[in-house]
Amino acid sequence: MIIPFYHVLILASLLFGMGLACVVAWRTNVIMMLIGIEIMLNSVMLTFVEGSARWGIADGQLFALMLIALTSAEVSLALAMVVYLHRRKQSVNTDDYGSMNG
Amino acid sequence: MEAILFYILSAVTLIGTLCAITARQAVRAIVYLVTSFFSLALIFYLLGAPLVAAFEVIIYAGAIMVLFMFVIMMLDLGHPEKLTFPKIRDWWPAVLLLAVIAGSILILAVSREPATAPGFTAITVREFSQALFKRYGVAVEIISMQLLFALVGALYLGRRR
Repeated sequence: MIIPFYHVLILASLLFGMGLACVVAWRTNVIMMLIGIEIMLNSVMLTFVEGSARWGIADGQLFALMLIALTSAEVSLALAMVVYLHRRKQSVNTDDYGSMNG
Repeated sequence: MEAILFYILSAVTLIGTLCAITARQAVRAIVYLVTSFFSLALIFYLLGAPLVAAFEVIIYAGAIMVLFMFVIMMLDLGHPEKLTFPKIRDWWPAVLLLAVIAGSILILAVSREPATAPGFTAITVREFSQALFKRYGVAVEIISMQLLFALVGALYLGRRR
């Protein structure tokens, strides 16, 4: 018995929606916003791997690997930014970062 | 057998993610997310991608989530580390978005009955690495440069004046 193609896509889109909901609902907290972005990137990875399994080409898995590398770079920079902002403003609340107008 | 395993794992993934986005403490959210990533790695393994599954466990659950944990512990966000939980007013746009996405999925699933998919082909590690280093060698170089730049940027942002 094999896994239907559409069910994996439904799982991926539900995960993406949850990540989007996390970003929208926790928009006052930087760390939870980053977690939401992680969830969304994971669902995209699931879609790539599923396409790679569906058509038997390795490119989807390769792009998933690239996505992992991209995410690790993005997270390291974003968390360094969070630490920097916390050092300046003593908070991770986005409402306190109002001085950067424009 | 594979399909039953897939449904169990996808339920674990969805519930773990749901617990993560509604957790009241950031550390708990991270732990729930690690659970969800482990079951997602098993789904990758079921879909014939053992290498991606291993990288998911090693890099995502092992490195990125631990990095999050380090930063949360380092920041010392008050005692106890309670986050100000979003109010109902903050949740409704998110719930609206999720409802739109779930509704569109439902309409798609009802309107088009999917044909029985042909059996997928598992990609061996040899095939994967040959494609990676023969066809996408330039991309590997660019990714390594990107990681180097991220390292330099993180060092610049993290230095003490």
